[in-house]
Amino acid sequence: MSMIFGVPLAVLSGQLLIGIINGAFYALLSLGLAVIFGLLKIINFAHGAMYMLGAMTTVLMFDYLGVNYWVALFLAPLVVGVFGVVIEYFLLRRIAGQDHIYSLLLTFGVALIIQGVLINWFGVSGLRYTMPDMFKGGVNLGFMFMPYYRAWVIVAALLVCFGTWFVIEKTKLGSYLRAGTEDSQLMQGFGINVPLLISLTYGFGVALAAFAGVLAAPIYSVTPVMGSSTLIVVFAVVVIGGMGSIGGAIITGILMGVIEGLTKTFYPPASSAVIFLVMVLVLMFRPSGLFGKEA
Amino acid sequence: MNQPVNSADIHKAIVEQQAAQDRKKLMLNGVLLLLLLAAPFMIYPVFLMKILCFALFAVAFNLLFGFTGLLSFGHAAFLATGGYTTGYLLSNYSGLTTEMGIIAGTLTATALGVAFALLSIRRQGIYFAMVTLALAQLVFFFFVQSEFTHGEDGMHGIPRGELFGLINLEDNLNMYYFVLVVFIACYLLVQRIVSSPYGQILKAIKQNEPRAVSLGYNVDRYKVLAFVISAALAGLAGSMKSVVFQLASLNDAHWHMSGEVILMTLVGGMGTLLGPVVGATFVVNIEYQLSQGALRDWVDPILGGIFVLTVLAFRSGIVGELQKFIKKNLG
Repeated sequence: MSMIFGVPLAVLSGQLLIGIINGAFYALLSLGLAVIFGLLKIINFAHGAMYMLGAMTTVLMFDYLGVNYWVALFLAPLVVGVFGVVIEYFLLRRIAGQDHIYSLLLTFGVALIIQGVLINWFGVSGLRYTMPDMFKGGVNLGFMFMPYYRAWVIVAALLVCFGTWFVIEKTKLGSYLRAGTEDSQLMQGFGINVPLLISLTYGFGVALAAFAGVLAAPIYSVTPVMGSSTLIVVFAVVVIGGMGSIGGAIITGILMGVIEGLTKTFYPPASSAVIFLVMVLVLMFRPSGLFGKEA
Repeated sequence: MNQPVNSADIHKAIVEQQAAQDRKKLMLNGVLLLLLLAAPFMIYPVFLMKILCFALFAVAFNLLFGFTGLLSFGHAAFLATGGYTTGYLLSNYSGLTTEMGIIAGTLTATALGVAFALLSIRRQGIYFAMVTLALAQLVFFFFVQSEFTHGEDGMHGIPRGELFGLINLEDNLNMYYFVLVVFIACYLLVQRIVSSPYGQILKAIKQNEPRAVSLGYNVDRYKVLAFVISAALAGLAGSMKSVVFQLASLNDAHWHMSGEVILMTLVGGMGTLLGPVVGATFVVNIEYQLSQGALRDWVDPILGGIFVLTVLAFRSGIVGELQKFIKKNLG
């Protein structure tokens, strides 16, 4: 068997694959944060909770209603997205004119509530979600074994990321969004319903998180606390990449996943810390972030 | 009054009014001090010390958040670093007196504060919050993996020892008065800092940073200093907490703790001196009451609810709203 730096190729590529998959989740989550940040200028501290809600909804819909994976893939983000719109409409909107710090704290409080309530209902040990039959098994690529589901996660995440990029950069709706980022008052003056746009944007951003949650349900353990630790990593990813560009958020997310995977191969003890260390380095040498324009 | 008043009279009136206000303040402080001195005879001293430690933590946090406008989401790191350092030293070196352990813990937290400050100051606003949160998580991982912290079990049986090698701190009353003295000293220090010219510059930075820059202030230096002082006091709170409870655990390093101190400051009233103290008292009491009753599993969601309510309905916090009320109706 071929070795690379004393590590078998199969192990290395296996970890790389896991890295790319984690990176796909980071990309989806930081993409949602970036979309929300663009128009609302807030960091959504409830993003991890929304990701968790997506996964929990998938499991619960299957357990109680028999809703299968494919339906959940659309339904869970929709449910969570509507929930997000409700939160935006009843809570975030009421403090829209205030310092952005307050909306950040508000979403933090919302996250505490969601997570705390679900812990009471379901405990912190994981719920199980059975993978759809068609995803069982995998294919041997010669140098490594590729489970079908993991391949699907990468494809689906990339498709959604690309779709979001396309909508925002290339369509009329996206042009409204971008214009709103620049000057929402002027937009309102042109007769565009900005409050509605803001609600939908927040809903869409958290729906992206929920979509990541659905993808995660079959491979990660689904618990009420799965969101909070992931979110902190995603924050580090966002600091590294900057939220200036959609593409930047995607690339940074995947890159950080890969770096994490490589660290797990060569020096496992540092694997949970490596992204934070990269963040420290970026802050030292390129404080505005890899793709960032803002200070 | 129609006859012209000369400026000397006005000046005299203002001075008198000021003096009357000062007297009132002095009296209020005197009453508070008496209450604090008598408190351990009415309430369980360890509970009071818990409040004082968290109050100091919140006062430290407020210096940064309330007076400088920097939202740190990583202050748990300093609380835990202070606590673990003090706990480790006092547990392993019996020659150390308690105050030496506490000073060492505070200094370690201060050094960590310098590192945090220099890194996080490079980004602003919400990025600042994210950077501090991520750095604190790094510290959390370090404590999880280090052996000296005993990981999930925590550091138990930290000896309280003797203050200056003379006063036995195993006695709860002695311990209480020691914590009280440290707390009051720190409170007065923060009061002094806030009302000093330096404190005025911090407020200027909070209100309008670009303007402070254009006035020629080296804003970053002021911010770093505020951060470091805040980290030092938070570390001191953690050090004392570990001595009081003879325990240092991962709870103190968790992001949850960083959120809690924000809540204390916000509920009490950010940017006021007394606010964080009131907020800490409030939150510690709520947590205690809830943990005793049928709602003990619902502490987190209830705290989250208080968070949301405070942000939506009374952003000035308890003390801030009271001040507004007094100004409106009595002033």
